[in-house]
Amino acid sequence: MKKPSQFDAIVVGAGPSGNACAYTLAKAGLKVLQIERGEYPGSKNVQGAILYSDALEQIIPDFRDDAPLERHIIEQRMWVLDDNSFVGTHYRSDDYNKPPYNRYTIIRAQFDKWFSSKVREAGALVICETTVNHLILDGEQVVGVQCDREAGDVYADVVILADGVNSTLARKAGFHPEIKAGNVALAVKEILFLPEDTIRQRFNIGEEEGVVIEMIGKITEGMMGTGFLYTNKESLTIGVGCMLGDFKGNRNQTSPYALLERMKRHPSIAPLIAGGEMKEYAAHLIPEGGFYAVPKVYGNGWLIVGDSGGFVNAVHREGSNLAMTTGRLAAETVIAAKAAGQPMNAAALKPYKTALDQSFVMKDLHKYRDMPQVFHENNHFFTTYPELVSRAAQTMLTVDGVDKKTKERAIFSSFRSTRTLTGLVGDAVKLWRAFR
Amino acid sequence: MTAPAAPAPAPAKRPAGRAGRNTELPEHLKAYKGVWVFIEHERGHVHSVSWELLGEARKLADILGSQVGVVLLGGNDEALETYAAEAFSFGADKAYIVHDPVLKGYRNEPFTKGLTDLVNKYQPEILLLGATSMGRDLAGSVATTLLTGLTADCTELNIDPASKALAATRPTFGGSLLCTIMTLAYRPQMATVRPRVLAMPRAEAGRSGEIIQDTLGMVETQIVTKLLDFIADAHSNRINLPYADVIVSGGKGLKNAENFKLCFALARVLGGEVGATRPCVQAGWVEAERQVGQTGKTVRPKLYIAAGISGAIQHRVGMEASDVIVAINTDPNAPIFDFAHYGIVGNAMQVLPALTSAFAEHLAKASRKVA
Amino acid sequence: MHIVVCIKQVPDSAQIRVHPVTNTIMRQGVPAIVNPYDLYSLEEALRLKDQFGGRVTVLSMGPPQAEEALRKCISFGADDAVLVTDRAFAGADTLATSYALAAAIRQIGKEQAVDVVFTGKQTIDGDTAQVGPGIAKRLGLQLLTYVSRIVRTDLDGQRITIERRAEGGVQVLETALPCLITMLENTNELRFATLPAMIHAAAYPVRKWSKDEAGIEDVEKIGLKGSPTVVSKVFGPTPRSAKAELLELETSSLRDVSLNLLQKIFTRHPTLEVDLLMKEET
Repeated sequence: MKKPSQFDAIVVGAGPSGNACAYTLAKAGLKVLQIERGEYPGSKNVQGAILYSDALEQIIPDFRDDAPLERHIIEQRMWVLDDNSFVGTHYRSDDYNKPPYNRYTIIRAQFDKWFSSKVREAGALVICETTVNHLILDGEQVVGVQCDREAGDVYADVVILADGVNSTLARKAGFHPEIKAGNVALAVKEILFLPEDTIRQRFNIGEEEGVVIEMIGKITEGMMGTGFLYTNKESLTIGVGCMLGDFKGNRNQTSPYALLERMKRHPSIAPLIAGGEMKEYAAHLIPEGGFYAVPKVYGNGWLIVGDSGGFVNAVHREGSNLAMTTGRLAAETVIAAKAAGQPMNAAALKPYKTALDQSFVMKDLHKYRDMPQVFHENNHFFTTYPELVSRAAQTMLTVDGVDKKTKERAIFSSFRSTRTLTGLVGDAVKLWRAFR
Repeated sequence: MTAPAAPAPAPAKRPAGRAGRNTELPEHLKAYKGVWVFIEHERGHVHSVSWELLGEARKLADILGSQVGVVLLGGNDEALETYAAEAFSFGADKAYIVHDPVLKGYRNEPFTKGLTDLVNKYQPEILLLGATSMGRDLAGSVATTLLTGLTADCTELNIDPASKALAATRPTFGGSLLCTIMTLAYRPQMATVRPRVLAMPRAEAGRSGEIIQDTLGMVETQIVTKLLDFIADAHSNRINLPYADVIVSGGKGLKNAENFKLCFALARVLGGEVGATRPCVQAGWVEAERQVGQTGKTVRPKLYIAAGISGAIQHRVGMEASDVIVAINTDPNAPIFDFAHYGIVGNAMQVLPALTSAFAEHLAKASRKVA
Repeated sequence: MHIVVCIKQVPDSAQIRVHPVTNTIMRQGVPAIVNPYDLYSLEEALRLKDQFGGRVTVLSMGPPQAEEALRKCISFGADDAVLVTDRAFAGADTLATSYALAAAIRQIGKEQAVDVVFTGKQTIDGDTAQVGPGIAKRLGLQLLTYVSRIVRTDLDGQRITIERRAEGGVQVLETALPCLITMLENTNELRFATLPAMIHAAAYPVRKWSKDEAGIEDVEKIGLKGSPTVVSKVFGPTPRSAKAELLELETSSLRDVSLNLLQKIFTRHPTLEVDLLMKEET
């Protein structure tokens, strides 16, 4: 009944995790078929986007030779926004200007196209506009996939699911339950075009240098979420994302798009993007459930990598590096099992989970495992605190003849009256615990 | 037929123009003079695009100080001389006529020979054809036979003051940009223009010109392709978009095929036609003949009502020459409001019926007054 | 039967954007597709193959990445793919392109005689519709453009009968093989590629020919040198100075706004009202 394998591995999806996996497998000489449902690799992808060099270096060490990179990041700004103000921390270092650069802004579509060309060069077969309908099982073992084309069955020793946050394959096969609205954020972003000179002047950067601004506060109307602004060569990417459940429960029924429009009009943000022409608009879901939302990621003849496995560190806004790393680790597991002549059952694929646990991937997710809960139950982090912090800063920094001690007392009393002492202490403890 | 009057063979090496391209007109081609228009006719009727081109040819010839010639090829019994007289009233100076039984009904081979021979004999510097089914079929064959440059689907024709060459402007990359193309080192400079892009010229009664008769020199047995039949379109099915005075067009904003009924209702009251954007045609909501735009029809009606159309450049280039453009769209930032004359920011499904009854009411009142 | 289908890889012009600042075409990230008009010709060629047996060879002149477009055609059922690619071809206009493709078709014909050459009606990036007629002229093939239907193919007698769209009607033409056909759009529906065909296409070794392998005899006739037309400038369309006068729906009723609009239209275009009234009467 079981048909012979036509391929060593099938990778479902051609996003960062799928490409990392397919590339690593093909480079090791395995016969790989990669199946993408979009018109071209990356067409279904949306990201800010930041490229984390370390993760890619582990896969393509010399990627800087021909990968399309926008700017390398030399300055990170973290802003807490009130309605018309922000309190921020900036970190800029000339160390970031010493190659090899650690982070770059990229344009997703171009980057994915490049990555996919590498995958093809490495010898993998890539087909697009083809959707995998479900996994083919022989008893407990996954032996192939069924696609939405005539004669659409294809068989392989192992199937790697890199099919993104909306993955239905693993769920259909019963490997894990449906994503809960509380575990997913909906993010929207726009790319705004500005002349290169304008970008350089406004952000005080050189030709290839870049700035990243991460924002939290009233911009999300009390919903749990963050905003961001990145500098590309000739454009800016601006976006905001909130938990899907929060959008649904929002009493104003503010749409993500409306949220972004409001954010763009914020007096601290508007001048930075003034004159920008919107040329691309996109929306996507981001897994945000963290550690507790990561499903079973391996089994008999299957592995899960990337967003499909919920591998996103929302606190540090890292997703693509986890995607690439999990893709690579999955590939290495398969390569090792093949070399040892083992059949691709759960036991042979278990080293993938072990490798994940030992890597920064699970370690970071574990560290921040309680963050989603803390923020979800305490939306004053997104409303009250930004207001308090803003007023505190304003009070302290406005010179108006009031003595500083009185100002300090006023600040403390405002915090206490708004949050109460117990509340303040409780928040601090929760945050401390979650960060720890 | 005689070969072109070239005294010496072309130089072995062409002068290195910009990046090795041919930008210098060889001496023997400088004798080419005159602006010609190929007159397209079928079954007793001249296609209006030929007259539109003639009006333009007159303007170009006046700048160059040249004459305008028209080419008429047809069967022995076709009224080519009558068409020539009409051509003279539109500004032509000469009409080159070839009657031959094999030229009855368009076929590529005899028409290519007929036009090419005339060009080689009388040496016009510019040759214009309509970008129609016949025009495009013929132009490509003639240009390749003459080994000269051909620019298709031009939206504007000018004479470059410096080189006195034809500057043909056309959209590129789906209409996102425009480019100006010239044929500097070859003659004749050929161009095709779509119907309705140029304005219909005014006829000047009493204007006359010279008719020059010539022969084809081909017999039926030489011609490989046979014309077996011509099946005319059923008249009731004919959607005549390019020549409609009023067009009510629908776009994706109408949400579904059903809502096009509202466009048809308004068009009926106004005695107009219904048009559509490419996405609607691709979605199968209306027939392809209704498509207005870069890859559809160019129209220039008196009144163009755009319902649920964003106004992307690909559609814009097909209708922006309309006398009055009214746009209905829910998005106040839609590009259509940048070039429409009037706009309503609202839901087309509500506005269209309101306009329909407003027009119906107004026209009924006005016609009662007249009566 | 041996059929050659000429295709072109083009940027998807529906997704092309103009950089709002520099007014240049932003090609990066715009997916490249098979020129949609070529696909109707490809489908027709595949139907002839279904009917008579034989081979379909797809041919393209382009940069190395055009290989993807040829692979796509293999996935639909074409048997062989040839990419004529050489720096010398760069900058070719339609005259130079038809010269190059005609030479390549002659080379392909040496392996197996060609019965029909198909090209697309026009490309979405050039829109000229000139390459098909150009190839036909150079190869001495009978030219049949705007074909809406192939009525009958007589392989033994080497004749073909087709219907061709003309103004106001359809011509029924009959001619000899080999000939060149350009298919009208929406004349057929492209088949879906099967999964095995997709996989086969992904692995298919597309033949790449330089100008010598393509049988180019005179290099002066290809590329920029062989192009009589010269692009003298590229520019963005001039924006209209006056934007639309917007009529508010919030303050007045829809009926009032409509009547108001009518007044404005008729004031602006005095003869329009008369024309409409005359139509009413007829």
